[in-house]
Amino acid sequence: MSPEAIPPAGRIARSGGWFTIAFMAPFLLYVTAFLILPTLMLLATAFLGKHGLTLHYVRSLGEGQTVVAFRNSIELSAMAAFVGIVVGGLTAYFVLLPGMPRGLRSLVTTFGAVAANFAGVPLAFAFIATLGSLGIITVWLKLIGINLYGSGFTLYSLPGLVLVYAYFQIPLMVIVITPALEALRREWREAAENLGASAWDYWRHVGLPILLPSLLSAYILLFGNAFSAYATPYALTSGIVALVPVAISNVLSGNVMVSQQTGAALALGMIGVMVVVMGIYALIARRVGRWVKR
Amino acid sequence: MNRRTPRLIPGLGLGIVGIYFITPLLATGVFSLWEGGDRYGLSAYAALIHQPKLWQSLGLSIRLAIETILVGLVVLVPAVFWLNLRVQRLRPLFDFLSVLPFVVPPIALVAGMTTLYTGPDWFVGTANYLVVPYVILALPYTYRALDVGMRALDLKTLTEASQSLGAGWFTLIFRVVVPNLTTALIGAALLTIAIVMGEFTFANILLFNTFAVYIDYIGQTSATEASALTLLSFLITWLAMLGVLVTGRSGRGQVQIGGAR
Repeated sequence: MSPEAIPPAGRIARSGGWFTIAFMAPFLLYVTAFLILPTLMLLATAFLGKHGLTLHYVRSLGEGQTVVAFRNSIELSAMAAFVGIVVGGLTAYFVLLPGMPRGLRSLVTTFGAVAANFAGVPLAFAFIATLGSLGIITVWLKLIGINLYGSGFTLYSLPGLVLVYAYFQIPLMVIVITPALEALRREWREAAENLGASAWDYWRHVGLPILLPSLLSAYILLFGNAFSAYATPYALTSGIVALVPVAISNVLSGNVMVSQQTGAALALGMIGVMVVVMGIYALIARRVGRWVKR
Repeated sequence: MNRRTPRLIPGLGLGIVGIYFITPLLATGVFSLWEGGDRYGLSAYAALIHQPKLWQSLGLSIRLAIETILVGLVVLVPAVFWLNLRVQRLRPLFDFLSVLPFVVPPIALVAGMTTLYTGPDWFVGTANYLVVPYVILALPYTYRALDVGMRALDLKTLTEASQSLGAGWFTLIFRVVVPNLTTALIGAALLTIAIVMGEFTFANILLFNTFAVYIDYIGQTSATEASALTLLSFLITWLAMLGVLVTGRSGRGQVQIGGAR
């Protein structure tokens, strides 16, 4: 066969820029129009007043109500992420221990996938039915003489929200940390033990340093997950606990008499927090990456 | 080292975690059967069946889920295909764009969209408008699924083989590449269903009666009916995830995360 007779198989492999545009354009335009432009619009709205550029609305982020909302949101997310990391991490570790029942792992994987996706309004109602002031457990405990709400507990508070958020945070942690735990080789543990290391020594000097990058990225993921949660606190507390997402929704629905610009500034503040958190993560990850070759 | 003692603590720990996860489901189940006083029965379920609004909202959410899957695939399949075949150097851009929906929380995105798009009415006025942000919400997971799927294929060979047999672009993508991605596509589609069926933020702010909004609405009036719907919602999530795990088993059984918080 002469070279000319070869079918134009290389046509695609050689085709140029026009094809790139044709294949990429729908996606890039979509993301630009419905993700990037709306975000830039927030920026413009927050900084533009009636008479040109203004810092008025962004400065209003420093006012009492807003500061409380941001502090609550950040505190809640930090706590919910911490609970998720610790409980989820231990759960994943226990499940992977040798000698655990055969079906346990697939049960936890399946249930984890469901629970991590089971959030929002239904989750809030499930907890109201359980631990709300008329919830099943609350009522039963009262029957045996324990007055939950009398002793200061309430589901409609920051600790209550952490308890609810744990329902999607723990399984999320199990899902993201299991591959990292599986990558810990048993030989390392045995080598450490042969050299006389205790369990604590092993975790302090071998296990945790290796896991550190995974734990950090898991913390960021869980923090962001809790920080942007809106449906759960909305259905659960309906404004009793001031949180940024709920504050934004109040502005958007016209429930409070503040300007659209203030809402934009709030949303921008949320994005700012996420960017800072991601930035810290990138910094630490780079520092850690110097020691741990992945 | 004694290998028997540590079994106790893990067992106890897992037991406590298990109780934490089972209790709300059981309590919700009991609560949904409560008819006041000491009476228990199915009246909440019976009342729900005769609510036309429930079926409308459920139908709307299912329709939106299907539309979101289709729009997402039409937008992403060609781009991810070309990314893997020809322009690997754009990968950092794609990775960046696919985590952006994570940096911009849904409530912030909806704030931006309401100020940017105020018309025309055929666009923002019908519930179909929700598909627009839903595709963005599902983007990280759809992208990941497609990318993992396509990386496993030898796209260059597939492309050259089908083109040398005379196939055009359309045939190549939809009759050669897509059928090879069935597992990845089903995974992405089921996850999108789980996300859209539970999505509340956009629907609530933009005032459309989807399934999650309806559950919230019922919750204002009847706690037992809301509990029944909560169980139904859990069942839908369960089915979708079970589907993801079953279809994913042949490939890398990768569990995904998403959902409406």
